[in-house]
Amino acid sequence: MFAMKYVDEFRDGALARNIAANIAREVDPQRRYHLMEFCGGHTHAISRYGIADLLPANVRMIHGPGCPVCVLPAGRVENAIQLAQIPGLILCCYGDMLRVPANGGMSLLKAKARGADVRMVYSSADAVKIAQENPERQVVFLAIGFETTTPPTAVAIKQAQALGINNFSVFCNHVLTPSAISHILQSPEIRQLGVLTLDGFIGPAHVSTVIGSRPYEYFAEEFQKPVVIAGFEPLDVMQAILMLVRQLNEGRAEVENEFSRAVTRDGNVKAQLLVAEVFELRRVFEWRGLGPVPYSALRIKAQYAAYDAELRFQIAAVSIPDNKACECGAILRGVKHPRDCKLFGTVCTPDNPMGSCMVSSEGACAAHYSYGRFREKVS
Amino acid sequence: MSTVKYNYTRPLDFKQGRVDMTHGSGGRAMAQLIDELFVAAFDNEFLRQMNDQARFPAPQGRMVMSTDSHVVSPLFFPGGDIGCLSVHGTINDVAMSGARPLYLSASFILEEGFPLADLKCIVESMAQAAREAGVPIITGDTKVVEQGKGDGVFITTTGVGVVPEGVNISGERASPGDKILVSGMLGDHGVAVMSLRENLTFHTSIQSDTAALHELVAAMVAAVPDIHVLRDPTRGGLATTLNEIARQSAVGMMLHEDKLPVREQVKAACEFLGLDPLYVANEGKLAAICAPQDAECLLQAMRTHPLGSDAAIVGEVIEDPHHFVQMETAFGGRRVVDWLTGEQLPRIC
Repeated sequence: MFAMKYVDEFRDGALARNIAANIAREVDPQRRYHLMEFCGGHTHAISRYGIADLLPANVRMIHGPGCPVCVLPAGRVENAIQLAQIPGLILCCYGDMLRVPANGGMSLLKAKARGADVRMVYSSADAVKIAQENPERQVVFLAIGFETTTPPTAVAIKQAQALGINNFSVFCNHVLTPSAISHILQSPEIRQLGVLTLDGFIGPAHVSTVIGSRPYEYFAEEFQKPVVIAGFEPLDVMQAILMLVRQLNEGRAEVENEFSRAVTRDGNVKAQLLVAEVFELRRVFEWRGLGPVPYSALRIKAQYAAYDAELRFQIAAVSIPDNKACECGAILRGVKHPRDCKLFGTVCTPDNPMGSCMVSSEGACAAHYSYGRFREKVS
Repeated sequence: MSTVKYNYTRPLDFKQGRVDMTHGSGGRAMAQLIDELFVAAFDNEFLRQMNDQARFPAPQGRMVMSTDSHVVSPLFFPGGDIGCLSVHGTINDVAMSGARPLYLSASFILEEGFPLADLKCIVESMAQAAREAGVPIITGDTKVVEQGKGDGVFITTTGVGVVPEGVNISGERASPGDKILVSGMLGDHGVAVMSLRENLTFHTSIQSDTAALHELVAAMVAAVPDIHVLRDPTRGGLATTLNEIARQSAVGMMLHEDKLPVREQVKAACEFLGLDPLYVANEGKLAAICAPQDAECLLQAMRTHPLGSDAAIVGEVIEDPHHFVQMETAFGGRRVVDWLTGEQLPRIC
C-alpha cells in the first residue's frame, strides 16, 4: 500500500557508513565542528538512529529549540488548562500537548482526569468536526507549532467560517522559525560570552517546505554561518553534516539544500498566502527557554477575531517561571546538554516531566533519555 | 380449551433486541440470557451442571492461573473481535509458563442498550475460539451497567492450566549469553485496531494476529524443555515485554533491528502514525529466551509450527547493571529501547 521502499532508501546502513567514512576523512582534526540541528525532527532522528555513533569526536551536534511543544511557555499551558476547565467546553489539542507540565505539575492530561473535556486530535480539521457535532458546546483548538502546522490552522478557521460554525475558536500559539534562529545567534552566550560556539545549522525540513530556503540566506550572510536544509531521514542528516563540514573547511557560509526533493527557494506560496490572510505578527511572544522574542509568533487577524479564543474567553497573559533547577532554557539555546541538568533522569523523566524538553519525543531531554542515555552510564 | 403454554418464554430477539437492566438482575430475563446465549454457545459438561461454580478434576502437578480483562475498542476489528481476543489472551497468559491450558471462566459486564445481535456474535466467536483451542469455558458471570457507564461490553476471562514436569519457564531466568527469539511478524494487532479508530481511519490489509499460542508453546517445550523465558508481547509491544524481563532477570539486552520481523504495511502505518512497531501490541506472538546452544533447535521447532513460521532470533541477553534494552539500528548506530511512556493509543486489548 504505502511505498515503504522509498523510506528505506533513506535509512540504508551501508550508505550511512559510506557517508560516515567521508565525514571522518574530510574533517580537520585540528578544529571542532559545532553544528546545531534546529528541528526536533532532526533531534529525534539523530537519537533514534544513533547517528552520534557514526560521527568523529570533533563533530558535535547541538540540539536546537525546534520542538513546538518544548518552546510553549508554562503560562500558555496554564491558559489552556484554565480554558479546558470552563464547564461544557471541549479543548482539542495534539497528543504531545497533553503531558506538558504547567503550574504545580498540572497538565492537560491531569485536568482531563479531573473532569475537563480534553480531546486529542490528529489535525485541526478534526477539531472543526467536533465543533460541528457539538453545536451547543464551545470547542477550542489549541494551535501550536512552527510554519508547518500553521497553514492547517488557517484552513480550519476558514472552514469554520464557511460552514457558519460559531462555537469553534482557536487558541493560537504558532511561532516562527527564522526569528528563533536569529534570537539564538544574537544571544549573549554566542555574541559576547563565547560560551557557545555554533559553526553551522542543519535547517528545518518540513518548515522549509512551507517557507522555502530564502529566509535562511540572511543568517548565512549576516552571521557567516552555513545552513544546510535537510530532510528528517537519518541519511538526510548524515549528508547534511557532510555538506556543513565541507562548507566550513572551505570557509563558505551559504544556504545549501539537501532536501531538494521537497524544498524550493520560495517554498509553498499558496500556503504562505493562506497564512498571511488569517494571521499577523505578534509584537512579542514568550518562548520557553528563550524568553520574550520580538516578532516571533502569530496571532489571528481582526478580520477573523470571531474565531480567536483569546478574545472570546478573554485569556489573560500569565507568566510562570520554570522550576529553578530546570535547565530547559539553556538546553533550548544549545548552551547546555541534557546531562548537565541536575533534574535529568532523576526527578525529571518522560513519565514525570518537570521541564518541557522531557515531554515530546522531539525534545532534547526526552530523546536523549529514551534513546541515548546508555552513553551516560558510569562504569 | 385454553391455549396457555405453561412455562413458555418468548425467545430472545437476537435481531432487534438490546441488553436491558433485567438481564443482569438475577431474575428470569437473566436466566434466559444465560440459557439461550451463553450455555448454548459454550456448551460443555461442566457448564451443564448449572451451579454457581464448576467442578472439575484437578490433574497432578503444578497448576497455573491467570486472569485478563478485555476492554478493546472497537469491539470488532480486522481479523477478530473482543470475544476471540478474550479467549486467546488468557490461554496465552497461561501458556507462557509452558503450561497446558485446561479451563476458562468468562465474566461479562454489559452496557444497557447493547445490541443482542452484537453480543451473540461476540459470544459465538468466544465459543469458537475456545473449541478450536480445546479449552472449555466452564463457568461465568453477567452484570449489566446503566447506559453510559460501560462501553458496550467488557469481558474478563480467567484460565487454569498445568505445567509439565521439568519445565521451569520464568521471567527471572534470562542470563547473559542467552538468545532472544520472536515467533513472527510484530505489530499486526495494534495496527489493525488502530486502522479503525474513529478519527484515524486508514485502509490496510493488515489483520489482527489474535491466536491461541499453547500448541506452539507445546511444540517448543517438546523441542527445548529448558526454555528460560516465554512472554507474549501484548500491550506495549516487544519493547515493553523485554524491558520487563530485563528488570526481572537483572540483565541487559541487545536487539538487532535488521533481524526484527515486521511487515512492510505495518512499518508504513507506523511511519505515518509516528509509532514504533516495537511498541505496538501483538495478540498472537511470543518472545522466547533460551540458552545459546538451544537457540537453533528452538527456532526450527517454532518455524515448523504454522504460528511460528516467521520466527527469528532477534538479539541476545547481555550483562548490564542498568538493565537497558538496547538496539543496534539498521543504520549502524545504537540506541536504548526504553519503556513506553504515557499512553496515547486507543484501547487495544
